[in-house]
Amino acid sequence: MELQTNVDGADVHVHEHHHDEHEHHEDGFIRKYIFTEDHKTIAKQFLILGLMWAFMGGAMSVIFRLQLGFPDFNLEWLRPILGTWINETGKLEQEKYLALVTMHGTIMVFFVLTAGLSGTFSNFLIPLQVGARDMASGFMNMLSFWFFFLASVVMFTSLFLETGPASGGWVIYPPLSALPEAVPGSGAGMTYWLISMALFIVSSLLGGINYITTVINMRTKGLSFSRLPLTIWAFFLTAIIGLLSFPVLFAAALLLIFDRSMGTSFFLSDIYIGGKPLHHQGGSAILFQHLFWFLGHPEVYIVLLPALGITSEIIATNARKPIFGYRAMVGSMIGIGVLSFIVWAHHMFVTGMNPFLGTIFMLLTLIIAVPSAVKAFNYITTLWKGNIIFTPAMMFSIGLVSLFISGGVTGIVLGNNALDIQLHDTYFVVAHFHLVMGSASFFGMVAGVYHWFPKMFGRMMDDKLGYVHFWATFIGVYLVFFPMHYIGIAGFPRRYYSFSTFDFTKSYADLNMFISVAAIVTFSAQGLFAFNFVYSIFRGRLAPQNPWGSNTLEWTTPRVPGHGNWPGAIPTVHRWPYDYSKPDSDKDGFSDFIPQNIPFSQTPHSNFENENELIAKQEGKNAGGNQQHHH
Amino acid sequence: MAHLAKTHEQQEGSLDWNGGNIPLKASWGKLMMWFFLLSDAFSFSALLITYAMIRYSHAAYHGTIENFKFSLDYWPVPDKVFEAMPFLHGVSLPLVFVGIMTFILIMSSVTMVLAVEAGHRNDRKDVEKWMLWTILGGFTFLGCQAWEWTHFIHGSDKGGATDVYGSVIYGANLIQNQYGPVPFANLFFFITGFHGFHVFSGVMLNVLVFYNTAFGVYANPDRVIDEGAGRYEMIEKVGLYWHFVDLVWVFVFTAFYLI
Repeated sequence: MELQTNVDGADVHVHEHHHDEHEHHEDGFIRKYIFTEDHKTIAKQFLILGLMWAFMGGAMSVIFRLQLGFPDFNLEWLRPILGTWINETGKLEQEKYLALVTMHGTIMVFFVLTAGLSGTFSNFLIPLQVGARDMASGFMNMLSFWFFFLASVVMFTSLFLETGPASGGWVIYPPLSALPEAVPGSGAGMTYWLISMALFIVSSLLGGINYITTVINMRTKGLSFSRLPLTIWAFFLTAIIGLLSFPVLFAAALLLIFDRSMGTSFFLSDIYIGGKPLHHQGGSAILFQHLFWFLGHPEVYIVLLPALGITSEIIATNARKPIFGYRAMVGSMIGIGVLSFIVWAHHMFVTGMNPFLGTIFMLLTLIIAVPSAVKAFNYITTLWKGNIIFTPAMMFSIGLVSLFISGGVTGIVLGNNALDIQLHDTYFVVAHFHLVMGSASFFGMVAGVYHWFPKMFGRMMDDKLGYVHFWATFIGVYLVFFPMHYIGIAGFPRRYYSFSTFDFTKSYADLNMFISVAAIVTFSAQGLFAFNFVYSIFRGRLAPQNPWGSNTLEWTTPRVPGHGNWPGAIPTVHRWPYDYSKPDSDKDGFSDFIPQNIPFSQTPHSNFENENELIAKQEGKNAGGNQQHHH
Repeated sequence: MAHLAKTHEQQEGSLDWNGGNIPLKASWGKLMMWFFLLSDAFSFSALLITYAMIRYSHAAYHGTIENFKFSLDYWPVPDKVFEAMPFLHGVSLPLVFVGIMTFILIMSSVTMVLAVEAGHRNDRKDVEKWMLWTILGGFTFLGCQAWEWTHFIHGSDKGGATDVYGSVIYGANLIQNQYGPVPFANLFFFITGFHGFHVFSGVMLNVLVFYNTAFGVYANPDRVIDEGAGRYEMIEKVGLYWHFVDLVWVFVFTAFYLI
């Protein structure tokens, strides 16, 4: 039952198969849509919950942008939603401004760009692209989503606490986060935050262990690591990074819980409130920062690597060219992954850390520019002279490359410990990480949605809305974050409630107004995406089996794959996933792509010499290269 | 693509990473346990680094061991803190009790190895026997730890350090302790507690697999076994966890009792 594909273009389809005995029987509603163990449904659950969080986090940013851009604006009309967060004068409460900033950061970094991005695409693509029926453990995968759901419920509930949600910044530095007296949000809100994050870490651990194990043990026959799509490499490395960094945050969070609730002194020492000393003695607040950033910095790459992997796949597919420098891409991802663990203290240059240590961390930080530049270079060289097809996914992927470069360049500035003295905690930092990590990863996520939507829901999203969405978002993001660099260089600190308090910041009132308007427009443009997404799920044009002419295995499944993914045997892999526009492939009956499951023996004209040698070797070794693979 | 050809050559005879198999010769369940332990190792590392950093930010005791007195000004000498022994009230036996605890835990790892080995032979009776010993070892360790904690909390008869107001402190809790700086007791409770919770979870898992063994769940010929797994693989997975907990204790022990 070898899968036959007709490579003439859009109407590639699988020949009718009888269900084999491995196929799962039809599940009931609850087992199929709610407590499901099907990785594809779990992926959609992650995606939809992640997108809901994205809109909530985005809306929060719009509210605090209103405060920053229009400090005299009467927000009374928001009272039906925000209630007492708006004070009698129609202004945003100052403490609630801090709460909004904190929740925006937490939600975007963890719930949207970790769970929403990695959770969605690792779940969806790993089994489909490695040729597996499902994850290694469907049950743990299900738990992974439901722990994320619980974390979401706790975090969401904290928004409705009378004292407000956590408001000490997403980095929750003690003593601010450890002492309920410090700020209202450090009361119950902080407790909820910590509980939610503990649940989130469990979710990410359950997911990550599954991703790693599935990639190692469940690859179909012929899919060696050197033939893995770069998406899978990215998800694999992301999972490893998460596996090693999240437990450290877990430890730090537990210690913080003890400091808050049990009276220990891990992170606290010599603190006076209202002239009275607290009993806490001998701890170190800097220690928390070390532990936090040991997760916090790898977290940046947990967020970014999946987006880069998705981009590699989409750019190669839509440039109709093999990815440039496959091994360099893998190598630079490994390099980034390793380096991500030894640069954390560049977030702490001005915390009183030994300056000599700062210099070492500066050096290590700047080295990350090398693999990052290799990746950017390879994206551009893949596009170079490509036969580019501008699908919305492609636009967003190219947009990612742009954001990755322009945000990455300022990273080199910030990585210098001397320059960081001036720029630390200013809007320059905000601009930097929103471009390189926030927007770039968000673009990767959106690109992934546009690209794999047909496989997720069996329908196409609307291209035209996609283009409008892209241009509005792309231009909008630059208009929001580019001016922030100037505000930051001028020295305005982030997380401050008001721009109108000091003389030197007043001159930036106009620019801030401009940023706020751009932010509102950009956020509104996401409504197009939401509409396109929801509408297309139900009413979109029916998708062909392989709409983008892609090589990877997921496009050999039926239009809407069932639980088990392939109705017949799992396809065998015979080649790497980037055989696009291979010379002479037309003589073999293929257009400009040869899917991974096509043996070299079917493509005698387009095979390279070393591939022919490989076939000879393979045929000598096992005659049955197309053996069925059973799960 | 010369590299493809090369990888095929390399893999003759050794590990086969070409897909359609389990390259590390381990079932997915065992791999998951390994990766979980890797992750957990980072939690413990974070805690032990916390210990190291806080400890080295405090002064050490420089006098002779005979003249040592508990004080809030310097980190205590472990020999003077952990010198009690059940039924031998007032006798100074530095580290003897914790040494016995450690020995018991390590012996339970040995019996665990024997249980795993019996599982490889599909010898249900032997698995039961060695698992039972392992469970006994685990409970004994937990019991010893409970005694150790109780003694630590109650403190010595004469108390120890004096607080800032000059009164003698008796025993230890999370707010103050007679042995020295406050974080010493904080770290002791937190890290040995975190480890103790791991031991407790391990004992529960051991009880679970013992139950399954005793009731013939693993011996049941109808049970589906994953690729690469043996009939008694569950013993192996739980065993990995048990050895890990044991290994972590060696580090915790070193941190708190030896240096």
